[in-house]
Amino acid sequence: METLVQVPAWVRERRERAARRFAAVGFPTTKLEDWRFTNIAPIAETTFADAEGWFAPAASLVSSVGVAGSVRLAIVNGQFAAGLSDLSALPKGIRIAGLRDGARDGTDGLEQHLGTVFSIDAHPLAALNTSRLDDGVAIFITAGAGVDTPIHIVTVTGGDGQAVAAHPRVLVVAGANSRVRIAHTFIGAPGSIYFNNAVSEVVVGEGASIDYYTDQRESEEAFHIANLQAHVSAKGVFSSHAFSIGARIQRHDIGIALEGEGADCTMNGVYLADGARLMDTHTALDHAMPHCTSHELYKGILAGKAKAVFNGRIIVRIDAQKTDAKQTNRALLLSDDATINSNPQLEIFADDVKCTHGAAVGQLDEEAMFYLQARGLTRIEARDMLLHAFAGEVLDGVKIPALREQLETAFFTALARDVELKA
Amino acid sequence: MSTTTEQIEKLANTEYKYGFVTDVEQDIAPKGLNEDIVRLISSKKGEPEWLLEWRLKAFRAWLKMEEPKWQNVQYAPIDYQGTSYYAAPKEKKKLNSLDEVDPEIRATFDKLGIPIEEQKLLSNVAVDAVFDSVSVATTFRSKLAELGIIFCSFSEAVKDHPELVQQYIGSVVPHTDNYFAALNSAVFSDGSFVYIPRGVKCPMELSTYFRINAQNTGQFERTLIVADEGASVSYLEGCTAPKRDENQLHAAVVELVAHTDATIKYSTVQNWYPGDKHGTGGIYNFVTKRGICKGDRSKITWTQVETGSSVTWKYPSCILQGHDSVGEFYSVAVTNNFQQADTGTKMIHLGRNTRSTIVSKGISAGRGQNTYRGAVKIGKNARNARNYSQCDSLLIGDRCGAHTFPYLEIKNTTAKVEHEASTSKIGEDQIFYCESRGIAKEDAINMIVSGFCKEVFRELPMEFAVEAQKLLGISLEGSVG
Repeated sequence: METLVQVPAWVRERRERAARRFAAVGFPTTKLEDWRFTNIAPIAETTFADAEGWFAPAASLVSSVGVAGSVRLAIVNGQFAAGLSDLSALPKGIRIAGLRDGARDGTDGLEQHLGTVFSIDAHPLAALNTSRLDDGVAIFITAGAGVDTPIHIVTVTGGDGQAVAAHPRVLVVAGANSRVRIAHTFIGAPGSIYFNNAVSEVVVGEGASIDYYTDQRESEEAFHIANLQAHVSAKGVFSSHAFSIGARIQRHDIGIALEGEGADCTMNGVYLADGARLMDTHTALDHAMPHCTSHELYKGILAGKAKAVFNGRIIVRIDAQKTDAKQTNRALLLSDDATINSNPQLEIFADDVKCTHGAAVGQLDEEAMFYLQARGLTRIEARDMLLHAFAGEVLDGVKIPALREQLETAFFTALARDVELKA
Repeated sequence: MSTTTEQIEKLANTEYKYGFVTDVEQDIAPKGLNEDIVRLISSKKGEPEWLLEWRLKAFRAWLKMEEPKWQNVQYAPIDYQGTSYYAAPKEKKKLNSLDEVDPEIRATFDKLGIPIEEQKLLSNVAVDAVFDSVSVATTFRSKLAELGIIFCSFSEAVKDHPELVQQYIGSVVPHTDNYFAALNSAVFSDGSFVYIPRGVKCPMELSTYFRINAQNTGQFERTLIVADEGASVSYLEGCTAPKRDENQLHAAVVELVAHTDATIKYSTVQNWYPGDKHGTGGIYNFVTKRGICKGDRSKITWTQVETGSSVTWKYPSCILQGHDSVGEFYSVAVTNNFQQADTGTKMIHLGRNTRSTIVSKGISAGRGQNTYRGAVKIGKNARNARNYSQCDSLLIGDRCGAHTFPYLEIKNTTAKVEHEASTSKIGEDQIFYCESRGIAKEDAINMIVSGFCKEVFRELPMEFAVEAQKLLGISLEGSVG
């Protein structure tokens, strides 16, 4: 795959450190508080081959989720695929590098930021990713640049008839006062089994603003583990929207550290869990500095025998006075066989703060259903309309119209998939 | 007002001069814990064979368990082999008048507004005949006996009503439930037993009686309350009066059983020694409390005011098994100086139309750390279950912490579960408003804190609500600069 000469010493060193860490902790089990409700034994028990940088349907998968007018960066099985990428719309003020080539060529900023955004120790599977650090993409936005063209990262994973494991990696560094919108789509061939263990690191410079959309439409038999960590400097704005409808087991860890005064973050998400799916979202918001604000809204729809876990932690550090943090978690249960574990956590060490969280679990409002049916909608139409409105609160935050349309279509398709309607 | 404040400050800053005094004891078991000690405890208490077996089973289970580490508190390791697990109840030195009582304790009594006669009782001063505890107790006892209510110490219950004890002990908190419950099951000293027969409404708050009667229940207390069909009872544990104790580790177990249409209201005021201003000393309070609403339409209410102990670890819980049963949890937890509290509740909904309410108020001052940890589980068959939870935290000062860890697990579509939490500090504007009207800052804070806790105090038996409110003020002494 590569010769040692091509891999710089710092990459080898970071890989080895992470490998030691992963060897020490191993695959997380439900004995760990953070994994209490999420059993990923099926991943540990499956044998996955190392993925090649290509498989037959890769090209058609990439084009199936294309967003017109965007810069497209394709990652196939963890490796940057220049051939499937489209850089024709690449605007000024932005630098793109494949990680492997970038590391070899000594791309500016790569060594400084890659693998340094968060402490790998806390996340065993992120350590696994780092230990296999090989390829992916890096995006650098020049200070002061306002980028209007959306950047669309498309990660496709799969093997030709073989269960594969991939460890894609993304690094985004936004210079001071820059502005950009980035979407990250995960997709695989329907029905294929694979293990996607992604890590994304985002550095938001002073006064910079990033909109980040995570779009998880993996194969329904896939295992999807993703870790997105962002550090936000003073007056920086980071807005994350996550949309999840695929995978057999999903585990999202999203961590945002507000590390400069006046930083602001939004962390929204919507997921649809049906069949026997497990959808786990762990969010962590670290208010490390004073005068920061955060808004978090996660919504879930559960059907069939699905299980969902939402764990939302907010930490307000000792000096983070004047923090304003709000977290809401809402879930709709459409089946008695579905289970939701909702665990909001507030840890507050400063006194002059405003922190609230709310969690609510319920079912579709029968009165609203009746109202819509009385106006001639079928029960299914009425339900879809209500579910669309429920998810809409999050989907409306997607500021790339072409992507939002795709997500809405995908959402309705997923609803028709096997969300059974009770009589 | 200002003199009182000065006094309060002075008192708050004085160390408890007498430390943990231990009188010369007789009849103490050797230090350490093994099967022989468990047998010794059982034989000293003249227990039947089945109870000894049960203790031994618990002890063997305990040996295999590990001390829990998940709670959000830090404390020095406990040396389980360095403690003596049995001491015969001892006579306390009788005092001749209240003047001999530690002035700090007396001042606290006064501030709490505890009647003078009761003060004497609490501080073990000889009392006059009119208020003799024995006679009062006897009156109560005969009144209760008329109704068929059994209210006695656990040891007495084992002797007089072994069939009831055997039927219910460990039925709500099994001896394998957790580390501290297993330890308690192996070595429990004594405690209270209450049985309310079918259809009987207990005519008095069992608190009044308890305050006079139950002293020295010991380090490993065990309480069992059974309300038979249609019965109801209100029980108050503990006391607002400060309690000194030489035992650092307390591991109590409380079990409640409510049959069809029965109601149990269990109120706790805990004011054990919290340690000094620097965080040394203080009680470790590891308590397992759980009630089961066994029958339809039964109801269990937990109300707690936790102001003492250096470490508190307790989660009074309700298993809502009967249809239409109701569980309630109201809590005020205060941590000042270096106190740590990790407390909350579990509401386990199994029956149809079960309802639960959780109201938790945490107040952190000084370097206190206050954690709410609660679980709401809605089982697959719990149709139309309803839960409402509210957790509010109040922070006084910038070195303390408030933490909220609710766990919601829902397996039924018809469930309605809501959880809300907020954290805030006392508003400068509120204090300014009070001060501009001539109210001292300390009093203003007390007022605001009382308002914050009103929803919980409302649930306490009346006289305790009044005392609890004052207790809160005392616990927060010195928390404002």
